[in-house]
Formats: sequence, C-alpha cells, structure tokens
Amino acid sequence: MRIYRLLLRLYPASFRADYGDEMEAIVRMHLRDARGAARLAVWFDVLFETITNAPAVHWDILEQDVRYTFRTLDRARGFALTAILVTALGVGANTAAFSVADFVLLRPLPFGDPDALVRVCEGPRTGGGWGCMNELSPANYRDLEALSSSFEAMGAFTVGAVNLAGIGEPRRLQITPVTPEVLPLLGVMPFLGRVFEARADDRSAAVISYGLWQSQFGGDPSVLGRTVHLDGVPHTIIGVMPRAFYFPNRGVQLWTALTFRDEDYADRTNTFIQAVARLKPGVTFERARADLDVIAARLARDYPATNAETGVSFFRMRENMSPRFRLMLTALAGASLCLLILTCANLANLLLARAAARERELAVRAALGAGRERLLRQLITESVILTLAGGAAGLLVANAAVPLFASLVPDTLPIAAQPRLDLRVVGFAALFTSLTALGFGLFPAIRAGRAVAVDALREGARAGGGARQRLRAVLVTVEVTMSVILLITSGLLIRAVWRVQAIDPGFTPQNVVALDIALPRPKYDRPQQRVEFYDRVLERVRALPGVQSAAFTSGLPMVVTGLVTAITIPGRPAPSSRREVVSHRWITPHYFTTMGIPIRRGRDVDDGDRGDRAWVAVVSASFAERYWPGQDPIGRTFRHLDDTRTVVGVVGDVRVRGLERISEPQMYLPAAQAPDGMPGGFDPRELVIRHSDHGNAPVPAVRQIVRSIDADQPISNVRSMEDVVAGETASRRGQLQVLGVFAVVAILLSAVGIYGLLAYTVSQRSQEIGVRLALGADPARVGRMILADGMRLAVFGIVPGVVGAYAAARGMSALLFGVAPGDPATFAAAVGVALLTALAGTLVPAWRALRLTPMSVLRAE
Amino acid sequence: MRLRDSQLCAMWIYYVHCGYTDAVKTEAESMLPLPAATFHILVALADEDRHGYAVIKDVAARTGGALKLSPGTLYRSMDRMVEQGLIRETSSRLARDMDDERRRYYRITPFGREVARAESRRLAKMLDLARARGLAPRRA
Repeated sequence: MRIYRLLLRLYPASFRADYGDEMEAIVRMHLRDARGAARLAVWFDVLFETITNAPAVHWDILEQDVRYTFRTLDRARGFALTAILVTALGVGANTAAFSVADFVLLRPLPFGDPDALVRVCEGPRTGGGWGCMNELSPANYRDLEALSSSFEAMGAFTVGAVNLAGIGEPRRLQITPVTPEVLPLLGVMPFLGRVFEARADDRSAAVISYGLWQSQFGGDPSVLGRTVHLDGVPHTIIGVMPRAFYFPNRGVQLWTALTFRDEDYADRTNTFIQAVARLKPGVTFERARADLDVIAARLARDYPATNAETGVSFFRMRENMSPRFRLMLTALAGASLCLLILTCANLANLLLARAAARERELAVRAALGAGRERLLRQLITESVILTLAGGAAGLLVANAAVPLFASLVPDTLPIAAQPRLDLRVVGFAALFTSLTALGFGLFPAIRAGRAVAVDALREGARAGGGARQRLRAVLVTVEVTMSVILLITSGLLIRAVWRVQAIDPGFTPQNVVALDIALPRPKYDRPQQRVEFYDRVLERVRALPGVQSAAFTSGLPMVVTGLVTAITIPGRPAPSSRREVVSHRWITPHYFTTMGIPIRRGRDVDDGDRGDRAWVAVVSASFAERYWPGQDPIGRTFRHLDDTRTVVGVVGDVRVRGLERISEPQMYLPAAQAPDGMPGGFDPRELVIRHSDHGNAPVPAVRQIVRSIDADQPISNVRSMEDVVAGETASRRGQLQVLGVFAVVAILLSAVGIYGLLAYTVSQRSQEIGVRLALGADPARVGRMILADGMRLAVFGIVPGVVGAYAAARGMSALLFGVAPGDPATFAAAVGVALLTALAGTLVPAWRALRLTPMSVLRAE
Repeated sequence: MRLRDSQLCAMWIYYVHCGYTDAVKTEAESMLPLPAATFHILVALADEDRHGYAVIKDVAARTGGALKLSPGTLYRSMDRMVEQGLIRETSSRLARDMDDERRRYYRITPFGREVARAESRRLAKMLDLARARGLAPRRA
C-alpha cells in the first residue's frame, strides 16, 4: 500500500486529505478480492487511473480557484484594476524600451553570420570619431583589398540617387552601386532572380528592393528582365532582394553594378567609395584592424603626397551609429528599469495592503478546514491571474509605445525603422512582475497557515504587524527614490533640449519649403543647360501667388552636411591638413533672402554673375574671420579648383552640420559659374521657396511648372525647413517624451503609495488617535504627526534619489549638451515636485485623522 | 431588493421577455447531459446513502460489470457533485459492510434528484426517437 500512497501524492494535497484514506481503503478491498494475475490487473488499473485522474483533479481545482478569484476580484474592483494597471505599465514600458534597445544595440543584423561583417573607410591616422569618417579612393581600396589577409571577401559600394523613369510617375530613388562581391558577402540570397556577377552585361543590370518591387511593380513576379531608366540610362532588373534586406541603410531601394575605369585609379584623393568586408573565420576584429593599420602605414610611406595623413576607419557593421544613440537608449533602458522597480514596489505595496485586509477572511477559511496548501494555491492563482491580465494589458501598452521610440532607431543601421515587439522581453518583464506578485501575494497565505493567524480572528484585532508596516514604508521610499531619479534625469534632458532648440540655426526656417529636383546627367551635362532650367523654373515659381522668393542650392543645411572643399589664398601656404576645409554650396540668386540668412556686407549673388563675367563668391562671417581676420574681405580673392574667385559679400554663419555639431565656414558660389565637367553631385538640386501661406501650399503648382518644362523630371523629398530643424532634435524629443511619461507616472505612483500607506496607518491607528484625543491631545498635533510621517517617507526616498540621479546624470553627461549633471535648478525643482506630491498624498489621511473624535472611534468599534 | 433586468437574465432560469425566444430551461436541465459517472452515482445514491466503495460496487452490479468506477474517477466526480449541490456528505451511517468511523457517506440532494430525473427524461426521449426509426427494440 506504500506504493499507492506514493501514487496518491500526484493528487493535490487538499484532495488527498479529503479522499486519500477512502481511496486507499477501496484499493485495499480490490486487492483483497483479487488473486494471482487479477492482482496485477488491479495494480495496472490503479496506476493508469492515477496518472490520468490526478491532472484532471488539478485542473478541477484550478477551475474552482479561477472562479473564486474572479468573484473576489469582482468584489475588490479598485484593487484589481489598480494592480492590473500598475503591472501593465511596468511590463509595457519595459517591453517597449528593451525591445528598441535590443533591436538597435544587441540583436544581430539580418545578414548571414553578421558578426564577421565589417566596414572599411578612410579616416585620420590618429583614429577617433565613429562610422565612416571619409570615403576611400579606388586606388587605396584596391591596395587594401590586395594586401590584407584578414578578409574572406571585400567589396566596394557608393551611395547616390537617380531619377527613375519609364514606370508611372518619375521618382527620385536612393541607390547603391556595388561591386559584384558585396551582395554575396552579406550572406543574403535574393528573393527573386540573382545578384551581380563579374560579367560585362551586368554593368547595366539592377537589383531592386522588396519595397520598390511592391510599390512600383505591384509585386509582379515577371519583373525580372524588365527595363527601367535610371537617369535616362536603361537598366535590366535581374533580382529582387528579400523584405528585411537593407544595405547600407534602409533608404536604399535599388542596387546597380559599380565598376571602375582606369582613370578612377589615377588620383588617391579621389575618394567616393566605401568598403564592406567579411572577416575570415578565426580572424578577430582587432587582428584585422592591426593588419589594416600596417597596410595604411605602408601606403603612407609609398605615397606620401596623398597618403601621409590617411589612415583607415574600420568598424563592425553593427556599430555604425552615433554614440549618442547608444547612450540615449542605455539611458532609456535604465529609466524603464527604474519604472519596473517602481511598479513592482507599488504592486507589492498593493498586495500587502490587501493581505492585511484579507487576513481575517483567510483565517476564517483556515479555521473552517481549508489547508494551507489549498489557500496557497488559491492565492497563487489569484496572483497569476492578476499578472496575466496586467501582462496582456502591458502588451497593448508596449504596442502603443513602440512607435514613440521610432526616432531613437538610427537610420545609419541596415535595419527596419521600427522593431517588432520582442517576446523574450515581454517574458522577462512578465516574469519580474509575476515574481513580485507571487512573493507578496503569498505573504498572507503563509501567515494564515501559521497558528498566529488565530489572532486575526480575535474581535477587534488590528490586522498587520509592525514588520509589515515597515516593509511597506521601505517600499514607498523605494518608489519615491525611483521617481526622483526619473524626475531629475528628465528635467536635465528637458534643459538640454531647450538649450539645443535655443541655438540659432543661422537661417529662418519658418514658411520655407524645399523640394528635391535633381537634374540627371548626361541629359543636363552642360552648365548652361542647367542654368536655363533653373531660370525658367524660378521665373514661373516666383510669379506664383504667395511666393515671396525662391532659389536653388546644391544642399540644404542640416540635410546635406558634407560637401566640403579646400581653397587656397594667394600669399598663404597651401593648407597642409585635410581639416582646413570649407563647406561649399552652388546657389542661384536670392538664396539668402529665401532662407533668411542675413547679408552682413556686400551683395548677394545676382543674375549678372554668369560664366563670362568675373567669378565671384559669397562667404560666411567665420570664413572671412579665418582667412582675413580683422580685415575687410570684400574684394579679396582665393583659388578654388583651378579658378580664382573674388569675395563680393559676407553672410551670417549657418549650422550646416546640425544644431549640435561644429560646422565648417561656408562659401557660396553662383551656379552659373560652375566649371565644365563638375560632377552631378554638386549641382543645385534643392528648390527652396519662401511663401506667405502655411504648410507646403505652393507645391502642387511647382510640380505643374516643372512637368511643363521637363515631363520626365521627378520632384522628391518635399519638406519644410521647420521640419528639418525640428528633425535635429527629434531623437532627443522622442527620448524626452518617453522619459517624461515615465517620470509623471512614477511621481503619481509614489504619491499613491504614500497616500495608501498613510491612509491605512490612520485607519489602523484610529483607536489610538481616538484615545489620545479623548485624553486631551491637540488635534492639530495629531495632524502634524501624520504629516511628519509622510514627509519622513518622502525625505528618506528623496536623499538616495538625488544621489542616484547625480550618478545617472554623470553617466549621460554627453547627452546634456553642457547642462551640468548637478544642475541646482533642476535638482531643486525635482525635489520640490517630489515633496509637493508627497504632501498631496499626506493631506487626505492627515485631514481624516484631524476629523477623528473619540465618539466616532468608539462607534466604529 | 429588486433585481435588475440584467441580473434576472443572468440567472439560470430565464424567460422570453429577456430577449430569448428559446424554450424555458430549468437549472436542472442546464446541467444536461450528465457525464455517465455522475448519472450512475446519482442512481446509486437514489435509494440510500452510501460510501464510496458501496457506490462502486452498486454501479458495477447494476451495469453487470460494464462500468467499473475507479477510486480516482469516483472521488473526482463526487467532489465536483458536492460543489454543484447534487450530493452532500452525511453523518448518518446506514450501510453495514466496511462501516467504520472513517468512512464518509454521501446522500443525494433534492436538486440532485431533480437533475437525475431530468437526465432520465432526456435519455428516454432519445430512446423514443431511436425507436421511432427502428433503431431500438419496441417497448415490451
């Protein structure tokens, strides 16, 4: 029978306690009545039925418990809703934050064996910076590939944009010409067709992205072999890449074959390509870097004129993002962890308060014969149901929150714009809250199982011991601490955003709209053709109602951040360093008026500045200060390319590289004075229009004008300059929005925590307070006592919060844009808010204590 | 206390005026069809209070050994039936064999009797249907 008793252990303990003896007796009878082989059959039956029945009984009890839970939670709706909301908040915020952090920082890129993928560019010999510092020249690329022994394969690519015509509305597309090695070495098979091979006829082949295939060809499988015109040149589509394939970033929709002509190798400063490579198995990143450094040193020796200062910028493909994004996401993950701790503390507090309220109920049930195991099971079911409901609501929260984080995904990485929800993270956050719910949810059951629970049945007994009150107080201070950390850090970031937003971009972005109208080569090879196009467009655009002025430029500030060039000043030695460069733009007249860039001295470029007149330039104030400090720059000359130019005007400086970055001095050259044979990348292509209407009002009319002049000419990237400037702080504001929400929720939760604890204390101490009042205590003093209790909780939480926030702020000082990590105003404001909220949480309980009279207490008893 | 309409409709017995055009269904009928074990246990307890082993033996005898309830199935069913109010534990001791202080006796409740009757009616109706099609022998 011992065996049967062991088998009975498979049943729930409560069921065993109720029926175990009976069942054992029945089996004993069966055995008594059976002989020989029949006994064996009895044992077999017993074994089989236990194995099938025991889980069924567990299920029955679960059903009962679930029904019971719904009944009890229905009676305590306020508690249930709060617990579910708090859990949802903790799980949701964390799932969203960690999904994004994991997506950007940790998850392998969507390529075959992505850890072996690296990028190679040129950079300063001294190192520093991030990402691709400068492009490679074909000659340096050829030597790096030939001399290095660390790579399984290496390929080159460049980035560009073309006008796509021949199917539907003409479109401007970002493309990436690649050498045949590039797509295979990424380890991704095409979705349809094939990728480039080193064959002559592949020079006019194109591989398209899944997105372009869907949008432009409607997902037609017979797209292979079709011809598209890229800048007027026919290309045959040979392949479609899979949906999640992005290279080198998610904007690129088409790949063509990159080939080099002999003359491309002639000049080592002719830098326009980047390289991607796959490390050989067993070769570490560091070894490959050392290998490349040796080659760079050798090239510097062999070609001192061009390579003396040229090193290699070498980085893992995974790491091609600004360190600021990394820091922002780390800060965000830290903040959401704070929120998770806070929500767990809040949940624990709720459950402890409820435990106190239920102590009598549980004690009654225990007294009526419910075993401890049965009560534990019941409470576990309740906790699990609460957490499941909270977790499910948390998923909704996370789903809604992920788009908020979209501005925190850098567009330099070859990944989608938005992560999908990461189920592992959901699991982690759910586990964390479940453990809290279980840990604190079981507390009352463990107490109820003990003999002391009988105390709870005594008439008038006060539920909850001193230890539990202390634990609840500790939990409340943890909540205050976390909310202070979140308040201070978001306060500091708000100040940083204010600072960045207060920076003068150097132009007036309001009511300026920009359109990309890139003229394709070779159709517009001659400068005269282009100038004619600009003149015709501008003449008609300026005549549009509401348009105040319009001009073309070769690159918008903050959008095209590069386009730098070197100049020489007569009488000054040639610049030795590659660093002494200036930003340059080719513009048409009225550019400064349109953009609202102030002309400080001299004049704007005007219609008279044509190719057959004296070649002129307008420079920025910092340009004049760099080359002619303290002198009048008007009339001075300098050499650019092979031409001498005279300065005719000085304008204000513009933050070309962005609000938070240092920009080179600027130089503006008339588009009509561009030398023949200048590459298309320098053409004025952005039409900027200052108008009196709000929004992008003149855009449809402009489209009409351009179509009437050249029907094949697409217009793309319509944007307002206000959006461009706002984009500068988008990632910051995105982070701030999330942190701000966290901080508000945190401060509210901690106020609720303080309120809950004090309200409970007052109700528990009402007897004592009543006695004190009866003995003549001053009611105001009682009120002060409760107030002091609340403030003590707040201060105990605020002190470690301030310390923690200072440490966190130091860690993210790179994000603070010069705001001191210990900024006194922010700290004072945050502490003030925390104290005020604590006070708000204290007032109602204190007021209740004040209203207590000896009579009301006695009546309640 | 006056029940709200929604509460009335949520009760087991509901009427056409709640929006249902269904036939009126009693609480007993809402539990049908009964699992075989439940019906047999109700039948076994119909004439006298019994303990578990007596129920097993009675069921086996009445079915000619075709249905042998195992202790696990029996007590799982009885546990549920107690919960549903079909049977209850009783303190009276009527059976003679295996009678000791530890045995637990069960008695059918009036509701249990009502449910057993409803199930019998249901089964009889089904049998009538089968007879009408010649699938079952005619009544003797």
